[in-house]
Amino acid sequence: MQAERITSVRGRALPMRGDDIDTDRIMPARFLKAVTFDGLEQHIFEDERAGSKAASHGHGIHPFDNPHYAGASVLLVNSNFGCGSSREHAPQALRRWGIRAVVGESFSEIFFGNSLMIGMPCVTATALEIRELMDRVEERPDTIIAVDLARGVCETDGYSCAVSIPAAARDAFVTGAWDTTGLLLERYGEVDAVAARLPYIKGF
Amino acid sequence: MGTTLLQKVWDLHSVRALPTGQTQLFIGLHLIHEVTTPQAFDTLRARGWTVARPDRTFATVDHIVPTSQRTRPFLDVLAEDMIASLERNCRDFGVRLAGLDDERQGIVHVIGPELGLTQPGMTIACGDSHTSTHGAFGAVAFGIGTSQVRDVLASQCLAMEPLKVRRIRVTGTLPPGVYAKDVVLTIIQRLGVAGGVGYAYEYAGEVIERMSMDERMTICNMSIEGGARVGYVNPDQTTFDYIKGRPFAPAGEAFDRACAWWRSLASDPDAVYDDDVEIRAEELTPVVTWGVNPGQSIGVAEVVPSGREPGTDPAAVRDALEYMQLQPGRPIAGLKVDVAFIGSCTNSRLSDLREAARVVKGRRVAPHVKALVVPGSASVKEAAEREGLDEIFRSAGFEWRAAGCSMCLGMNPDKLSGDQVCAASSNRNFKGRQGSPTGRTLLMSPAMVAAAAVAGQVTDVREMVN
Ligand code: SF4
Repeated sequence: MQAERITSVRGRALPMRGDDIDTDRIMPARFLKAVTFDGLEQHIFEDERAGSKAASHGHGIHPFDNPHYAGASVLLVNSNFGCGSSREHAPQALRRWGIRAVVGESFSEIFFGNSLMIGMPCVTATALEIRELMDRVEERPDTIIAVDLARGVCETDGYSCAVSIPAAARDAFVTGAWDTTGLLLERYGEVDAVAARLPYIKGF
Repeated sequence: MGTTLLQKVWDLHSVRALPTGQTQLFIGLHLIHEVTTPQAFDTLRARGWTVARPDRTFATVDHIVPTSQRTRPFLDVLAEDMIASLERNCRDFGVRLAGLDDERQGIVHVIGPELGLTQPGMTIACGDSHTSTHGAFGAVAFGIGTSQVRDVLASQCLAMEPLKVRRIRVTGTLPPGVYAKDVVLTIIQRLGVAGGVGYAYEYAGEVIERMSMDERMTICNMSIEGGARVGYVNPDQTTFDYIKGRPFAPAGEAFDRACAWWRSLASDPDAVYDDDVEIRAEELTPVVTWGVNPGQSIGVAEVVPSGREPGTDPAAVRDALEYMQLQPGRPIAGLKVDVAFIGSCTNSRLSDLREAARVVKGRRVAPHVKALVVPGSASVKEAAEREGLDEIFRSAGFEWRAAGCSMCLGMNPDKLSGDQVCAASSNRNFKGRQGSPTGRTLLMSPAMVAAAAVAGQVTDVREMVN
């Protein structure tokens, strides 16, 4: 089974500043109480969005409430984004909201893997480059950013930087092999052979 | 040149190199629960797939189950819907389920080991990040997302990237009043919440070798909070003694053959590591978190940082202190707590409850504190009751609950309200983690939680036990 080939993502961006943004913040646990992922996008960062509406601290408006960023398809983040709980609900919600690629300093591995499985590439750039991209987008929210996976670059009007992604993940996106179930089911005979050799399966 | 346990187990389970450069790994045990599986089963149905190895799959309910009022249908219709959906999925796909009334029910990471399902040398997967717990047995155990749960259900395999191995040796002797929880919180504080990204953590050294399985599980459980995908301890006699006689353990001569195989999987003495770290046990004290991630912690006798300390990020410290409503430079001891929670897959096993009971015995919970003990499984609950621990807790003013994740996360009726401060034996102090968007969590050992409950404030447990 072949999934869509993803070679590049182009669109407006949304800067979400901060290190170590965990998946409990992205998607508070009470919204996991559902048997489908439908509608999750409405609850992205719900608690802190409510908080920034209520409180006077910070810059007031949460990026996900900022009308300038509505319709963005590239998310800009800092380091260790998506740490904590393995809930796929976090990347699912981002994707359903419209995010098609995430550009950040670094990602937690589970978040990275979950995003891979749903066809949302996470690529990395240096802290300086991320800051430059965020500054530009905050100044001109209609800036168009293009993330090219095959060439490993992120480009915007008058600025470009290299982005990286592990080769395996890049190949999965560009060849459409990111939906792994089909791949794993392909040669089931070999799986059975491995299982049959394991003492805890064949009996000690 | 020797090999690590991770490499041995990896090689034994690898099916082939995938065209994506990942490895297709066979998964020996798949544990599932109500929260991260419904969408995966839906895909199986939609594509006409079956569960590849129901014999290697085991389900329980933990995250959303109420721990006091458990009659069905639940008052919370969404929770009822999730449980009913897991029950139907297990029935339709032939998966064994330790459901709400089953004597084997409990937090998935507590019951796997307890039932003897978790064994050395296995690859284990579960749609929950704390699956790293099972590494305490010398298993390689991955926390995965829902799409990967679908992969494992359908194919009993995962597509995985290779991991590096960092050995963390805890040497010397732990001072009294310092527990496994303090060890792992210190590791995370020193190496950082993202320090383990790309690594498996192998815990070694005399301190780890002398630890019970319960303690090793506490350590491995929190590997993920240090960014490591998996954490493990090499299997030894302590491991084998724990497994012996458990329902799913090999019995008789098969058990002896199993031990020999398990022993052979331990990292070789001359194994080469990608990184090696030593932690001296003598330096350790009871630890309390002051911030909004598990790496933001200090010793109980220390003061809350200001962000000016070398190596700290001033903006992150400021943000955390603002959320926690803490003044920099104030001692963490003496901070008033509103709630005391003993539970979660990190610290809800029998030995945790015993240590907490030792502190509580003959004392009373401070009048302003709501205190609860939530055993990790129905069988921990029963064992504790046989020893009379429930009586010690109840007569001190603790609530004694039924098994589940409870106040570790805000998915069931046990939640913080408003900006309550909670002394918690769980594993995450993220903003809003305990169900209130402004709730504040202080992570610590169960004995320290017990001390805080009694004193009504953060207290050095070493002053309360001999
Ligand atoms: S106790 Fe907490 S961390 Fe453990 S499985 Fe339950 S919710 Fe997750």
